[in-house]
Amino acid sequence: MSVSEKFILPDSLIGKRIVKMDAPEKAEGKTRYIHDINLPGQLHGKILRSARVHARIVSIDTRAARALPGVHAVITAADVPDQRPIGVARDHLPLKSDRVRSQRDEIAAVAADSEEIAARALGLIKVEYEDLPVLADPEDSRKPGAPVLHEAHPDNVAMRFDYAHGDVAQGEAESDVVIEDSFRLHYVTHCCMGVSGIIAEFDASGGLLMYSNTQVPFLHKREFADYLNMDPSRVRIVQPPIGGGFGSKLDIYPFEVIAVFLARAAKRPVKLQFTREEEFLASPTRQPVLLTLRSGCKRDGTLTFRQVHTLHDNGAYTSWGATTPFVMMQTFSSLYRVPHCDYHTVAVYTNNPYAGSFRGYGNLQATFAIEQHMDMLAEAIGMEPLEFRLKNAQDAGEVTGQGMVFKSCGFKECLTTAATRSGYSAKRKQNIADRTAPGAIKRGIGMASMLHVGGGAKIYPSDGCGTILKLDDFAHVTLITGASEIGQGSETVLSQLVCEELGLPMSAVTVVNNDTAITPWDVGVHASRTTFIAGNSAIGAAKKAKAKILAAAAKKLGVAEAELDLRGGWVIRAADGEALQDLPRLLRSLHFSDKADLVMTTFYYEPPSVHQDKGYKGDVSAAYAWATQVVEVEVDTETGVVRMTRVTGAHDVGRVLNRLGIEGQIEGGVVMGQGYALTENLLVENGVMKNPNFRDYKLVTAPEIPEMDVSFIESMDGEGPQGAKGVGEAPAICIAAATANAIQNATGVRIFDLPFTPERVYRALKGKGEKLHWKPV
Amino acid sequence: MSLKHDIDFTLNGVRTRATVRVDMSALELLRDTLGLTGTKYGCGEGECGACTILVDGVSMNSCLMFAVDCHGRRLVTIEGLAADQAGKRAEALSAAFVEHGAVQCGFCTPGMMVQASHLLDKHPHADSEAIKRGIEGNICRCTGYKKIVDAIASVTD
Repeated sequence: MSVSEKFILPDSLIGKRIVKMDAPEKAEGKTRYIHDINLPGQLHGKILRSARVHARIVSIDTRAARALPGVHAVITAADVPDQRPIGVARDHLPLKSDRVRSQRDEIAAVAADSEEIAARALGLIKVEYEDLPVLADPEDSRKPGAPVLHEAHPDNVAMRFDYAHGDVAQGEAESDVVIEDSFRLHYVTHCCMGVSGIIAEFDASGGLLMYSNTQVPFLHKREFADYLNMDPSRVRIVQPPIGGGFGSKLDIYPFEVIAVFLARAAKRPVKLQFTREEEFLASPTRQPVLLTLRSGCKRDGTLTFRQVHTLHDNGAYTSWGATTPFVMMQTFSSLYRVPHCDYHTVAVYTNNPYAGSFRGYGNLQATFAIEQHMDMLAEAIGMEPLEFRLKNAQDAGEVTGQGMVFKSCGFKECLTTAATRSGYSAKRKQNIADRTAPGAIKRGIGMASMLHVGGGAKIYPSDGCGTILKLDDFAHVTLITGASEIGQGSETVLSQLVCEELGLPMSAVTVVNNDTAITPWDVGVHASRTTFIAGNSAIGAAKKAKAKILAAAAKKLGVAEAELDLRGGWVIRAADGEALQDLPRLLRSLHFSDKADLVMTTFYYEPPSVHQDKGYKGDVSAAYAWATQVVEVEVDTETGVVRMTRVTGAHDVGRVLNRLGIEGQIEGGVVMGQGYALTENLLVENGVMKNPNFRDYKLVTAPEIPEMDVSFIESMDGEGPQGAKGVGEAPAICIAAATANAIQNATGVRIFDLPFTPERVYRALKGKGEKLHWKPV
Repeated sequence: MSLKHDIDFTLNGVRTRATVRVDMSALELLRDTLGLTGTKYGCGEGECGACTILVDGVSMNSCLMFAVDCHGRRLVTIEGLAADQAGKRAEALSAAFVEHGAVQCGFCTPGMMVQASHLLDKHPHADSEAIKRGIEGNICRCTGYKKIVDAIASVTD
């Protein structure tokens, strides 16, 4: 060390642009995803799906398939009498026994030497069906005489949610303006670039090893043990790098259990990987929703009440989509201050694809309705939409009717920042004035805001995450975390938080986050929780390590611990930064001594949130995230084509930890929201998916993206890791709602159905759009 | 079983021989027969670009190309991009993808890298709009494309 380096200047990693740790290997094509892994002796599995939407299975003949050379196992429900119902409501068997209820339904499966042989074997399986009437429209599901999909649910109701605070009748009586509209939200799906896949094998000692893309490895471990009647300690899940998640991998799916059954039957490792078509047909969707919202306010702009009814199309079986009301009701009850709120959802079975969890979890649907009504109410009382929102927006310190406590809240700053940076108010007025000007292209600007959990969500018995931190004799840190990485950059931000505590460079950390045999428990990647929960957990472990190191250094150097700190790989004097002891040598002196002590710490972080009561009330998250997004569009009134030109977002993220990573999350979320608003539409007709491919299911491509301006509001959450809150889902939530408001601003026409395809917009502009009026039965 | 053919081609600068089924795609040849897994299967019908490779210096969806048609041709995959003339910017491009945050889940990244190399080889002065059009056939579900465009733009002449 030279004299000039003797004093180490303070330097923080927080808020910097930190490159994603695994980006180099991914950019060079070296990363091995599940699709790239093959085990010795591995067979290839394939699933025979239903040729009918709703039918009784009369017979299944697998004899020819079993006789095909190269086929090792053929299984149907009859071959796995021990199979148990799976999924959120335990309402379907992995292999269907006597009846199919949707196009994706699994009837038989084959394990063979190659995919080609497996495919040929499937073609040899003969299934005789007896068609049953198809229930395709959720509105028909509760009509008298409707086909009953599950005998345990004779009314076809899969789930119900009823929430209330205040008294909506009183709210309505106090209102000067009351409006009511129905909204129709469509099917979309995740379209992870890496298709679903799994490799299952029983290892030499009879334990189950799965190479899996799941976002919830520890929940899976337990569930698989349960389904297979195994000791959970003998189930191990390894997660290779995941080619996109977005919520799609939160439930247990039939293909995963089927792969295990095939491996058991064939006594060989079995790899089962979807085709893209299969990915469309048999992976979950976003929840399609019919929603009727009744809202009121006073002349002075005070919101009075909200009454909400939704009909969720559950599909043939129940996955997480049915539970999206947990999030939707939060938006209705608590995004703005509303004294009276009444929320009801009925999720009904149909023969359609079943809906799962998808980034935003119902919040895109709820926000689409609320934020259109915010514009409409403002217009009805002649108030500027921004002013109307500011008047009703939440502040820090608020305890909402649903019992959510907003300890940090930058909502008003989000509103004013997004409005100012986009020139919202002036452009809005100008666009209205320009509606009658010549020219087919009309410009529009619209805003929408969102509230989402930003400090985990206490849904399971624990919402926690564990960390093990190991410092080796060269001061290299192995960060062993329960948190899964699905591309969002958790490994980088967690390392950053550890390095910040220990005064180390990013290069000093290796992350282990993908093996249930090694990593400590975590509930899974969902609810925008990883930075907050796993981050606090990592910090907790790092603080313990730091305390241990400083205690040892203090003893060695003969100074008080409080006078020391860690920086740049050294123990320094806190007062002036003087380097006193290099960390590797200190660690070695601990390890290779009479004491023979390692610096290895553990920490489990459980957020200080609570479970909701039976009425869905309670402070379910340790922090809440806020955002306002302003969307600008150009509407071609001759063709109905809507072009999204600019998105201005302001996000209360608590604090920016990794600026590069958070920008990437937001830009990606905005474009995902753009797809939801404009181009993506999974067409399901009479239970049959019409466009299970990228040609006909239109994702946004590079030339279509808007200009994006993102601002961060740093409300410095007191519980957040370094003040940060969750952000993963937030950016996708507002876009469709803001686009609806922008199209209205451009054309004077409001559209209540998604997506805003040229056809829908054109028809609406010509007065040919159908205005939906839906009332619950 | 299906008919097979012997083919002889150059793969990442190395003369390579293989026996392939007539119905096999170049993607399967690369991934399953030769074990080069950097090239990804995203859709199998030429819509997503995850399987992009260079064939005689032209970017192609390897899922749409028959393996037998590789005979006599010069193939470059993500694994060989940096060493190839057409990919002379590959190292800089790879560093730019990392620095600009153009990689999240990374599944589209190899195809995007190959396509970007090809684009810059043909249009070294491409501006942002031209870059966006140049990667129109490559789908990314994570990033929203902005950082990918920025990364490519940073290594133009």
